[in-house]
Amino acid sequence: MAKSNKPVVWFPFAAGGTVIAFFIPVIALLTLMVALGKVPAGLTYEGMHSWLADCVLAKLAVLGIVALSLWSSAHRLRCTCFDFGLRMDTLVATVLYIAAIVASIAAGVYLFRI
Amino acid sequence: MKERVIQLEVFRYNPDTDTEGHYQHYEVSCLEEWVVLDALNKVKETLDPTLNFRWSCHMAVCGSCGMMINGEPKLACHTFLRNYPGTIRVEPLVHFPVERDLVTAPDDFMEKLKRVKPYIIRKQKQPIEQGEYKQTPKELLRFRQYAMCINCTLCYAACPEYGLTKHFIGPAALALAHRYNQDSRDQGRDERQEVVATKEGIWECTFVGACSEVCPVHVDPASALQQMKIASSFDWIKEHLLPGGGK
Amino acid sequence: MSQKPLIREVPPTSWYFRHPRYLRYMSREVTSIFVGAYCVLLVFGLGALAGGKESYESFLLALQSPLSIAFHVLAFIAALYHATTWFNATQVAMKIQIGEDFVPGSTITGAHYVIWAVLSVIIILLAGVF
Repeated sequence: MAKSNKPVVWFPFAAGGTVIAFFIPVIALLTLMVALGKVPAGLTYEGMHSWLADCVLAKLAVLGIVALSLWSSAHRLRCTCFDFGLRMDTLVATVLYIAAIVASIAAGVYLFRI
Repeated sequence: MKERVIQLEVFRYNPDTDTEGHYQHYEVSCLEEWVVLDALNKVKETLDPTLNFRWSCHMAVCGSCGMMINGEPKLACHTFLRNYPGTIRVEPLVHFPVERDLVTAPDDFMEKLKRVKPYIIRKQKQPIEQGEYKQTPKELLRFRQYAMCINCTLCYAACPEYGLTKHFIGPAALALAHRYNQDSRDQGRDERQEVVATKEGIWECTFVGACSEVCPVHVDPASALQQMKIASSFDWIKEHLLPGGGK
Repeated sequence: MSQKPLIREVPPTSWYFRHPRYLRYMSREVTSIFVGAYCVLLVFGLGALAGGKESYESFLLALQSPLSIAFHVLAFIAALYHATTWFNATQVAMKIQIGEDFVPGSTITGAHYVIWAVLSVIIILLAGVF
């Protein structure tokens, strides 16, 4: 059997999993505060605009975090579907990876419009 | 020495007469410090000589007596009766076909073990006159843990991916491939990668970690598998993205 | 193999109920649903931000519904569970040998927790929470 090309999907999954672990809990905490009605100063329109609007590095960093997290979740969800008994792996993989790519492209487009 | 009456529910299957398995109840008087294997032997000697099971060393080095004990893959010689106050359910290791009673057919594992080439491979043999292959303690440490494997296949019984996908090469065979890859005397990693870095090799693993949890000799096959995934990913980048395939 | 081995099938949709460790594994894997959904929410947030002050502020307002709060709590718990299982897993995947010893797994995992705590505090401070 030929060597697999799985690293193409696994490597970004591993990177994304690390990114999720380090960044998503605190970001989720911040938006939870918003949901509870306490918008932190940095998350107001002016606050977000101030550090994102003209800084390409900041936009790339946010894009990196969002894209890798989306990919990692998509890959894990693909494996989870298989574990739950959903055996059409190729279909599930295609749907989930395309969804992650589309959402990442959208994030990129939005970021560069800010 | 204190005795205790042990209740056993043991899986039985006779290929000559049965189409499915069933459980047989035994009540046997055992000494407190005995293991499940001792209880099974007492059943065989005094109650039911037709009960079949594999065992040999009685000290967790031969790997023969792997069984499901109350739903957990364990070595029967390594499972103490004092930790089981109630009825003890004994079944053959899951994910393997049952030959008879508690005896499984490990053919699939044996074939996969052969496939990963678990032996030193040299591109160039060192002539005898040059003496032995020398190895420092540091070099030994790189693979020593993975060399401890006793081929008991408890990890195959624990691995849900092996249970769901029979083509998976499995924890022990892959950990042994890693053991040789890490050995400083070996030059065969490229050959093994053709077998190991495939869909049925390391990439079937989703890092459940059950294999390492049940291993009686602490091989930690899960760590071997993740290390191979990382190394294979870097290999893939070298082969596909660097000019000349990184050679 | 003998003439008539008995094959015991693994139930493909309920195998994980057989042992608590499989339930823990599935819980870890299922966090990907909540984390993924949360990331999609973040993309919508970025879209709202790009749309200007009004669209962003109505997005923030929309986040203040009870459904959103419930989702956020679940997403936060999922992210935390992912992080703790991931950090504990790195000590298995990263075997660092220094001379004739391995770096203890607890050190590797501990270092991850420290970095995570420092990073989180920095982000909380930068977000102007205090």
